[in-house]
Amino acid sequence: METDGSESVICLLTDAEETPLGSAMYIPRNAGPLQLTNLVNTFLNNEEKLPYSFYVSDEELLVSVGTYMESNGVSVENVLKIVYRQQAVFRIRPVNRCSQTISGHVGEILCVSFSPDGKQLASGSGDTTVRLWDLNTETPMFTCRGHKDHVLAVAWSPDAKCLVSGDKDGKVCCWDPSKGELQGNPLSGHKKWINGIAWEPAHISYPSRRFVTCSKDGDARIWDFTLKKTLIVLSGHTQAVTCVKWGGDGTIYTGSQDSTIRMWEITQKGQGVLKHILTDHAGWVNSLGLSTEYVLRTGAFDHTRQQPSSDEEMKQIALERYIKAKGKVDSPERLVSGSDDFTIILWEPSISLQPKQKMVTTARLTGHQQLVNHVYFSPNGQWIASASFDKSVKLWDGVTGKFITAFRGHVNSVYQISWSADSRMLLSCSKDSTLKVWDIRTKSLKHDLPGHAAEVYAVDWSPDGEKVASGGADKVLKLWKG
Amino acid sequence: MDVALTTKSSIGIKGKMIAKKNYKEKALMKKTLKMHEESLSRRKADEDVQEGAVPAYLLDRENTSRAKVLSNTIKQKRKERVGKWEVPLPKVRPVAEDEMFRVIRSGKRKTKQWKRMVTKATFVGPGFTRKPPKYERFIRPSGLRFTKAHVTHPELRCTFCLEIIGIKKNPNGPMYTSLGVMTRGTIIEVNVSELGLVTPAGKVVWGKYAQVTNNPENDGCINAVLLV
Repeated sequence: METDGSESVICLLTDAEETPLGSAMYIPRNAGPLQLTNLVNTFLNNEEKLPYSFYVSDEELLVSVGTYMESNGVSVENVLKIVYRQQAVFRIRPVNRCSQTISGHVGEILCVSFSPDGKQLASGSGDTTVRLWDLNTETPMFTCRGHKDHVLAVAWSPDAKCLVSGDKDGKVCCWDPSKGELQGNPLSGHKKWINGIAWEPAHISYPSRRFVTCSKDGDARIWDFTLKKTLIVLSGHTQAVTCVKWGGDGTIYTGSQDSTIRMWEITQKGQGVLKHILTDHAGWVNSLGLSTEYVLRTGAFDHTRQQPSSDEEMKQIALERYIKAKGKVDSPERLVSGSDDFTIILWEPSISLQPKQKMVTTARLTGHQQLVNHVYFSPNGQWIASASFDKSVKLWDGVTGKFITAFRGHVNSVYQISWSADSRMLLSCSKDSTLKVWDIRTKSLKHDLPGHAAEVYAVDWSPDGEKVASGGADKVLKLWKG
Repeated sequence: MDVALTTKSSIGIKGKMIAKKNYKEKALMKKTLKMHEESLSRRKADEDVQEGAVPAYLLDRENTSRAKVLSNTIKQKRKERVGKWEVPLPKVRPVAEDEMFRVIRSGKRKTKQWKRMVTKATFVGPGFTRKPPKYERFIRPSGLRFTKAHVTHPELRCTFCLEIIGIKKNPNGPMYTSLGVMTRGTIIEVNVSELGLVTPAGKVVWGKYAQVTNNPENDGCINAVLLV
């Protein structure tokens, strides 16, 4: 066949794990992503047309196959390997305007969190209150008083029925979000401020009861929401524990300022046992991320917004979503950690002869020029985004850890990031008082959201993709819409 | 017992004096007892919450003071409406022309005195080229030319070495402004992109005004305070 004027190209379609879809076939030169999507849908016998994105040698295929081959000088004689990946079925509208600026807090807003079903919004602030906001009218709903010091962390349970907040004094308060009332007394136990809170995943226990908090005093404590007391104390870290995550298989990961990450397990008898210590970092571990984190946070709620009737059903749906998010291969979730030594490490469980699965470094992601403050896996587990004090947000491949692109635009340290539920957009908030929405497909800035008068400390994209909430040092909460 | 008897039985001015003295002692005793009681009872710690709350990830890090780097648009709008800018040095000692310039004699017999040399610090700009020496009336010596200024931020209390973009106004007259002479009280424009400031509209601020606070010709450097 001549190179010019030839009509078709030999291609092999494979999925993310390299299993080929059929054999190598002739595809017309002018076939673009749309035609390839139809092809994949027919091959897989999908009932509805699902959207796919295609990658050739880790670069996304945006033009027709022929133009790609010409521009990259790929020979027609070789079989072109095209990897297809399913994109989210739903599409989130990018946020571009501030729909409401709500004042109410008297102190700086330190943490903001949407409930997993996207219906409620809670924010914790330096004026010691936790406020619940009504999303329909965009006005304050409840002011929850009970803390005596700055509220540093706020976390919803995966069934959206319980809200827990931690403050600078080490106290933990449990709230009833429907009435805005404190349930019981503030729980004491930690001796210094609370850095993070994580709930037990919905597919392990439904309705949610247990959550773990980590504190500057070096301990992580597991509490029971209904009993209102500490169940287990996980001590071992020699310095402050900066972040804690409860994995889908029951393992608790804690990252600390002593530059180690510890993996804990709760035995049948109800004891907290240390499984492994991961010591590859050289500086404080600032942030941890799990590949299934988004699914664990949202539990049984997803874009279909259905309301399952019974607890059993919710648990089942949560379990299905978790298995789907893990990936087709029967591998446990991956862990990523960002640190003060300017690097990020992607951990994968090692397949060794040892009975206990230890996490082994897959890749060390270097490139940042300042400390990494926040790392976050995309909801589909495909990408890792990292926010750093060097004013950039970097995007890495979620499986191999390869660097994809850096998003530059902020003029000061980037504090936190949040993904949209369909993994197509990334939101970052920074010390320069702006929020920026980045498009993953075009790898560029989508929208710039200025408006805050001072540093933005916390940002969250609601799981149903409708709204974004942000709060910072200027004491107002801003809601953004598409 | 004796004291009680004398107190009761004494009359007149003496009685009044004793009574007054006893009353004073009683009051003092009551006060000290109350004080001791207070320290015994458990007080509910109603400590004031600290100002300047920061999120958990910034707590262990030393940061520059949390004072707002940006002034609000409201403040700016109010200033603009008034028409006057508040500057740190509102009044400056006027500089006379013979202090500012030195007469340079030129010509074959050194009788021509129309040339002047500036004796104060100047700023000329990056694309500056001298006029042909024959026609140059004002000489700005390169030794007195400065490109950078040490600018202090009044709220953050820290000093940055920033590039000068231009001279906005010299209080001694428009001629000195156009020459680029920097004396005490001159308003200059500096490049603040290093500070990472953003306007509420989202635009990056890269130039801000600052006022010179020292006499650069005496010190050899320009110290200025940023006008926020």
